[in-house]
Amino acid sequence: MDSVGTMLKGVASLVSRVRKLDPGHLRLGTQAPQSLAAQLDNQVSFESPRAISCTNENDPAKHEEKHEGLHYNLPLQDVKTVFPHGLPPRYAMQMKTFNEACLMVRKPALELLHYLKNTNFAHPAIRYVLYGEKGTGKTLSLCHIIHFCAKQDWLILHIPDAHLWVKNCRDLLQSTYNKQRFDQPLEASVWLKNFKTTNERFLSQIKIQEKYVWNKRESIEKGSSLGEVVEQGITRVRNATDAVGIVLKELKRQSSLGIFRLLVAVDGVNALWGRTTLKREDKSPIAPEELALIHNLRKMVRNDWNGGAIVLTLSQTGSLFKPRNACLPQELLGKEGFDALDPFIPIQVANYSPKEFESCIQYYMENSWLQHEKAHTEEGKKELLFLSNGNPGQLERLCAYL
Amino acid sequence: MPLNILRLKHVTVVTTKKNVKALRRETYTVDFIKKQIEEFNIGKRHLANMMGEDPETFTQEDIDRAIAYLFPSGLFEKRARPIMKHPEQIFPKQKAIQWGEDGRPFHYLFYTGKQSYYSLMHDAYGKILDIEKHKNQLQAKGLFSEKNKTIDLIGSRWLIKEELEEMLVEKLSDQDYRQFVRLMERLLQSGAAEEEFVQSFRRSVTVQSKKQPIEPVQRDAQGMAFSTSEGKRKSAKAEAVVYEHGSGRIKVNGIDYLLYFPVLQDREQLMFPFHFLDRLGKHDVTCTVSGGGRSAQAGAIRLAVARALCSFVTEEEVEWMRQAGLLTSDPRVRERKKPGQEGARRKFTWKKR
Repeated sequence: MDSVGTMLKGVASLVSRVRKLDPGHLRLGTQAPQSLAAQLDNQVSFESPRAISCTNENDPAKHEEKHEGLHYNLPLQDVKTVFPHGLPPRYAMQMKTFNEACLMVRKPALELLHYLKNTNFAHPAIRYVLYGEKGTGKTLSLCHIIHFCAKQDWLILHIPDAHLWVKNCRDLLQSTYNKQRFDQPLEASVWLKNFKTTNERFLSQIKIQEKYVWNKRESIEKGSSLGEVVEQGITRVRNATDAVGIVLKELKRQSSLGIFRLLVAVDGVNALWGRTTLKREDKSPIAPEELALIHNLRKMVRNDWNGGAIVLTLSQTGSLFKPRNACLPQELLGKEGFDALDPFIPIQVANYSPKEFESCIQYYMENSWLQHEKAHTEEGKKELLFLSNGNPGQLERLCAYL
Repeated sequence: MPLNILRLKHVTVVTTKKNVKALRRETYTVDFIKKQIEEFNIGKRHLANMMGEDPETFTQEDIDRAIAYLFPSGLFEKRARPIMKHPEQIFPKQKAIQWGEDGRPFHYLFYTGKQSYYSLMHDAYGKILDIEKHKNQLQAKGLFSEKNKTIDLIGSRWLIKEELEEMLVEKLSDQDYRQFVRLMERLLQSGAAEEEFVQSFRRSVTVQSKKQPIEPVQRDAQGMAFSTSEGKRKSAKAEAVVYEHGSGRIKVNGIDYLLYFPVLQDREQLMFPFHFLDRLGKHDVTCTVSGGGRSAQAGAIRLAVARALCSFVTEEEVEWMRQAGLLTSDPRVRERKKPGQEGARRKFTWKKR
């Protein structure tokens, strides 16, 4: 205790450099700094911020209410495997700048974790819908859940943004499987690549239970691994959408068997039931049902399978033809979507509470992100709180200027 | 009843040949002015009789009211409406003829051109010399006591150039005026002897432009103390209700201010009154706003909030807010487009041929 204290005394004067060099020394457990801080009066301002805003608890499974408001570190290796495509772009930039991925533990995520830990896998999969104002942290909460499930060794089916599949698509092919529908080879192949990165170890374990015929020359036999289907989809871009369909169908069927647990995580689920901006060659609009990817995804999101959970996020930012202030499930999903998703558990993601806000500011200050002189003062913090009203997205954009 | 109450007598302007006499524009002779004053007084008595009031105690305000009643005018320009005032206020002050029949001027400084100005300067300097001589005598006698009776200069200002010109009935230049002010200040410094002389050249400035925004003091409803006020900016009208004890939440037309004003600039405008008074998280605001655009609505709410905050704040802070410009409504409005131009200021493209 004393040696650590003296070491801290010597180190505190070089806080910013030493922190980057060996974070292990300075990162104490959550309990210790309260007593230490009482002893070292002059170094309180340097040392306790790190302890106030960050925890050592890197396993999401162990996150509880006492960790609420604190950031935990995601190891970069995990990030590469679990989130090849899932992080929002601004957060990815922040990650690159700070050279570490820190996520805040917040109440909605904790609630969801609690439910997930207590799920009964014999029952049909429960749907959880995260909703809230723009910029409150729905996508990052989803990422928190995904990290937890990855640590728990679930199979993760993560669609980063369903809106990307209903707009700005370059080539639409008529589906080989079903003449009515359309294929999106590019999006499907990209998604398959990322799916492969996330779930490598499962691909060889799961065996498909049916024979699928790609075209006259190629087919896949029953009993071959899912990995082969994914490979086929990636190499033959034309059949990528069908590969995705096969993957989804097989996973749904087999998750009920209990070999693995399946987490379906879709961000921007209101895209599945809205309108698309895509048009046929004769300029007539396409309904979302006519896209094969969307059709399969809808089947996935129905709760007629068990052995896992479905976590969904609504998003107005990428949505098409929805007014800017729509944030409730009824408004964003529309009648059709709401009925399709009907028995779901809504979880609201709100703006930062004062404690969370404080913690966020401390985190930015530790990483020397706020360079303005006034940012450290109380008035500065009050100003930031007023201007952003506790909205995490707005706060992040504000701090980017400072 | 004399009919010439209201007619301004036009004297023929002597403009043909350029001689010294002709440079004076409209010469009203002293007799003429006297006659006008008599006629004015008679007319005043007649007017009083007409209105049924006592002619002895008929003041200028009564005259104005009577004229406005008898000759109602729909003209917008107030100076174009019928007036009846004492001839000294109507006819500009003229100098009497400055020289006698033999052509010799009366005043000894006539040939300087600005005789009254130079005589004033001469008198003032004479007074300074007198005071110094007096001081020297006292010092020589040893009776000089260092009583520095400084005249109280606060709340009064020197005459401005136009007022001095009017007093001396002479045109002055800027340098003349500056010299005059310097001389007066030197007179003040040398001693406090000539108080009345100096005070005749000072005007009081006690008219403070504070105190105009009188804010209604806080009212109570359901036990919560709050105050309401309105603000306008460029066709946007806002009414704000500021609660005294709150946590810094603001609702505009029932919507949270973060959603109503997605632009940072508007939120900064809202923050300004609170930030200025250091009361960022202490008040709750509910406001309604209509009209205008995004920026105008933000400005209107800011004004309304500042005015409402006045009732929770000390007078000194109200004065600071006024000086910061939080309490003045912005007079800038959209300028009208003129015919022959493309916009309010922009002209059509100029073509040489």
